[in-house]
Amino acid sequence: MKFSEAWLREWIDPGVDTETLARRLTMAGLEVDAVEPVSGVVSDVVVAEVVATAPHPDAERLRVCQVDDGTQRVQVVCGAENVRVGIKVPLVRPGAQLPDGTLIQAAQIRGQGSAGMLAAASELGFEDAIDGLWEFPLDAPAGVPLSDYLGLDDTVIEVDLTPNRADCLSILGLAREVGLITDQPFKGPDPVCVEVSSTVRPDVQVDDWQACPRFLARSLSAIDLPNAVTPIWIRERLRRSGFRSIDPVVDVTNYVMLELGQPMHAYDADQVSGALRVRRARAQEQLRTLDGKALELDSSVLVIADDECALGMAGVMGGANSGVGANTRNLVLECAHFIPEVVAGRARRFGLQSEAAHRFERGVDPELPRRALERATELLVQLVGGTVGPIVEVSDPQGLPSPTRIPLRIERIRRLLGLPGLEASFVRGLLQRMGAAVDDTAGSTWAVTPPTHRFDLAIEEDLVEEVGRLYGYDQIPVSLPAGPLRPPVTSETLRSTRALRDLLVATGYQEAITYSFVDPVVEQALGGPAPLQLQNPMSADMSVMRTTLWSGLLPAVSYNLNRQQPRVRLFETGLRFLPLGDGLRQEPVIAGAATGSRWPEGWTDAAEGVDFFDAKGDVERLLRGTGEFDAFRFVAGVHPALHPGQTAQVLREDESVGWLGALHPKLAASWEIDQPVFLFELAVEPLLRARVPSHQPLGRFPSVRRDLAFLVDVDLPYDRLREAVEEGAGPLLEQLSVFDLYQGEGIDPKRKSIALGLTLRDRSRTLVDSEVQAAVDQVVALVQDRCAATLR
Amino acid sequence: MQHLEQLVTEARAAMQAATEAAELDQVRVRFFGKKGRLTEQLKQLGTLPAEERPDAGARINAAKTQLQQELESRRQEIEQRTIDALLKKERIDVTLPGRGPRPGALHPVTRTLDRIESFFTGMGFAVAEGPEVEDDFHNFEALNIPAHHPARAMHDTFYFAPDRLLRTHTSPVQIRVMEAQQPPHRIICPGRVYRCDSDVTHTPMFHQVEGLMVDQDISFAHLKGVVSAFLRTFFEQDLGVRFRPSYFPFTEPSAEVDMQCVLCGGGGCRVCKHTGWLEVMGCGMVHPKVLAAGGVDAERFSGFAFGMGVERLAMLRYGVDDLRMFFENDLRFLAQF
Repeated sequence: MKFSEAWLREWIDPGVDTETLARRLTMAGLEVDAVEPVSGVVSDVVVAEVVATAPHPDAERLRVCQVDDGTQRVQVVCGAENVRVGIKVPLVRPGAQLPDGTLIQAAQIRGQGSAGMLAAASELGFEDAIDGLWEFPLDAPAGVPLSDYLGLDDTVIEVDLTPNRADCLSILGLAREVGLITDQPFKGPDPVCVEVSSTVRPDVQVDDWQACPRFLARSLSAIDLPNAVTPIWIRERLRRSGFRSIDPVVDVTNYVMLELGQPMHAYDADQVSGALRVRRARAQEQLRTLDGKALELDSSVLVIADDECALGMAGVMGGANSGVGANTRNLVLECAHFIPEVVAGRARRFGLQSEAAHRFERGVDPELPRRALERATELLVQLVGGTVGPIVEVSDPQGLPSPTRIPLRIERIRRLLGLPGLEASFVRGLLQRMGAAVDDTAGSTWAVTPPTHRFDLAIEEDLVEEVGRLYGYDQIPVSLPAGPLRPPVTSETLRSTRALRDLLVATGYQEAITYSFVDPVVEQALGGPAPLQLQNPMSADMSVMRTTLWSGLLPAVSYNLNRQQPRVRLFETGLRFLPLGDGLRQEPVIAGAATGSRWPEGWTDAAEGVDFFDAKGDVERLLRGTGEFDAFRFVAGVHPALHPGQTAQVLREDESVGWLGALHPKLAASWEIDQPVFLFELAVEPLLRARVPSHQPLGRFPSVRRDLAFLVDVDLPYDRLREAVEEGAGPLLEQLSVFDLYQGEGIDPKRKSIALGLTLRDRSRTLVDSEVQAAVDQVVALVQDRCAATLR
Repeated sequence: MQHLEQLVTEARAAMQAATEAAELDQVRVRFFGKKGRLTEQLKQLGTLPAEERPDAGARINAAKTQLQQELESRRQEIEQRTIDALLKKERIDVTLPGRGPRPGALHPVTRTLDRIESFFTGMGFAVAEGPEVEDDFHNFEALNIPAHHPARAMHDTFYFAPDRLLRTHTSPVQIRVMEAQQPPHRIICPGRVYRCDSDVTHTPMFHQVEGLMVDQDISFAHLKGVVSAFLRTFFEQDLGVRFRPSYFPFTEPSAEVDMQCVLCGGGGCRVCKHTGWLEVMGCGMVHPKVLAAGGVDAERFSGFAFGMGVERLAMLRYGVDDLRMFFENDLRFLAQF
């Protein structure tokens, strides 16, 4: 809500300057977004009358004008097309500076003297609807400085009103509020009552009392619109509130809405056939609105209709057919109360910008329509004349909001605000100043009836807020709650995701955060299940929920590779969204991507690219913290996004935890990535389940190491070999390591050599050679048997 | 005893000539060994007349002791020289960079979330999480935002179906916690939230932390205490904090929290739009309808709730001036935290 401060001050004198007023408003919950002077400093501009014009002898497009500046005639050369004798326009005197910095000086323009400039509104820093000179009403007094004429010594204050404070969407409401917070008396004008001068009365029929419990209408006949102009003071006030001047009738309805807060509508009475009827729209009923949109309505929309068709969307916008135009001779004014539910969301749904809807969907004082209608009538009669018919009012007291008696306990206010010393008398006085009726006859529980314009106050807590707000949030003490200590709920068997993140960070990964909605093309390429689709995505490439974090990480990898960052380590934690029939699994996962050199470039080692086993090592680090590393297995698998020969499924016991592998070269090519990328994605939950360590006595007897190298088929998984060794060596095996892997010269090309180091130990005694040899023999025998291996 | 002096001279020369421990050892054997030349001299004492023996013995022994001392010092000298040579050979350029992985970094949003969580867990709050794909009840209805409430327009909701949407705030987690547990409640709910809005100051996904404290006799003064303490701890500055009346459907009374601008100290700058204040969170006393939706008796219990935007705090804390940087995942950006 933008408003002229000078207008407000006509209704209330806050007794403070602009800056203080703005701060008080903000601290009372009416956040001031902007305080701006009405216009830049335009001094040396006066109202002038064009008294003569003649063509410029040496310039086709220019005219040499004589203007009356109130004291004398001056000559000005002007190029505007609308310059003509008799109009009142702004004259910028020599020496003045325009808002854009142009300095105006007396000059010779193609040989003709020009003592200043006639200006367009935009040249003076005003928004302008028309091209050409700014034409003032003909009654504008020549010679008066523009700033006096327009009342430019004013400020526009913009408050960002919260949805509950619709009562402040008017000067009336703001003045009441300012009076309340500054404790100053309200001095706005009293309601008016215009004398009725005609018996013409519109027919009104309300079909939906619930949606429209009050409807007022009045005829204004034989108006003179073509000769009417909106006076400059109304136009200026409208402009300062961000409204454009349209025509006197629309200007008046907008003005009354700004002044009092009540939206209104004016119909061309001759375009209405029969009664004005408030009803639900019929299915597929058509309406062309004032702003030119063709809409198709349905029964969720309330309309004002005549006998033939819908004339407008109730509380939102009028229709084009029945709107007031240049030829309108007779008016019907509508001033109704629509309940918020029947207006809410309609403007947005149909893409309409409507100040009326903005007010109705937040709420309007149900007692306001008569006052507003009288005020509009008063102004219209002044501007367009005509005879005034009686007010036709239909209302349903059942449907109107009834005054609520809200129970209020002082003790409750004290406790909720933390103000044990709050005085009852203070609270009573404050509520009464707000206009509420306070009934404290029943002892400690009062009954408070708010004024009709404070329809936002419905329950005790609303009053608590009101008291706190007017007492001053800043005056409420600051204290920390005290209470019994409570032991935290934690378990050593549950690691935190933070531990996983920290591990990857220590390993050299950067944490990424990518959008949860991704490109369906990427999702499909990665071969996940059909993803959940947004109905209203920001864009096509953010239209489905990720089923894997890779669909966000891969684009991030590509983004960095394309920006001279050839070495990328990224990981992310977050939810993936897996549709399951009608349901949805929102599963926390941790995923990573690694590409480029193994280490940051350095001098110590040859520059080698990251490979599968680097990524696997990173994954293994995540698994080890569970204390149950042995419960996890890596099994060669097939995943549509991964290289068929470099893909492992990660299992915990038999539960699938996730995948690890090289990005499929075809996919890499589709991203124009020409280096291997290794990816992993693991469900977080199985990684968090941890074992509480259980101490085992240290073996005090020496261990024995035996190295064995086996030749096995190249395709034999190491895991098979490992299982055989573990079984063969039995409980004596303390540690098993792979210390060499060889393929190539010197051995059968279909075979590979794997060298294993076995550490054997018995906890209770020193092993003797024969025992060690027996264990080794058993290992060798089992490995040869199970793995078609030969000992080298 | 011309002979002894000559022997001493020879021994000294031999010791000086030896440059390695092994050579010196040969010298030792040659002069002091069982058949060494000094040993031989001692053996020959018996051939001297009895009256000369003590004197000659003393001189030989003195020479031997002297030479052995010299031998030992020569030995140490050679050892030192050997070590010095070795150390010199092993000298490296310690200014060369080290080997191995360099740690990455947490995303600044995560880093900020971690700091927020550690403050509140230190104050006895538990961390609760909830689904990001929510239903209408938890995201709106239970929070006192019925259909067609004007507040819904401020939320720009992403929908999958009429009753399935992306949560627009972390507040639904409050409801889920109240549904699942009995008061008292002390929780914070960090997480991703989504709004259908994208420009210089809005991204369609961002992070919030919701806080909820419900107990007997929890007041607005407590809300002020906890929130002020948080902000001062988070920014590690004794900042001015002010509470302004505001409106949220799920709190009553409601407040916006402004903090003195961390960049200009309240003097006014571009970041605070020359007001000296930064709006950093919304909060209030939990609305009785919300308590009721969570199954909490509003007559017995009261509580406060607050919600803050994590990116905003991260931007202020780390001087990030473009919100969109957070989700571009440029390594040059991520590596700074």
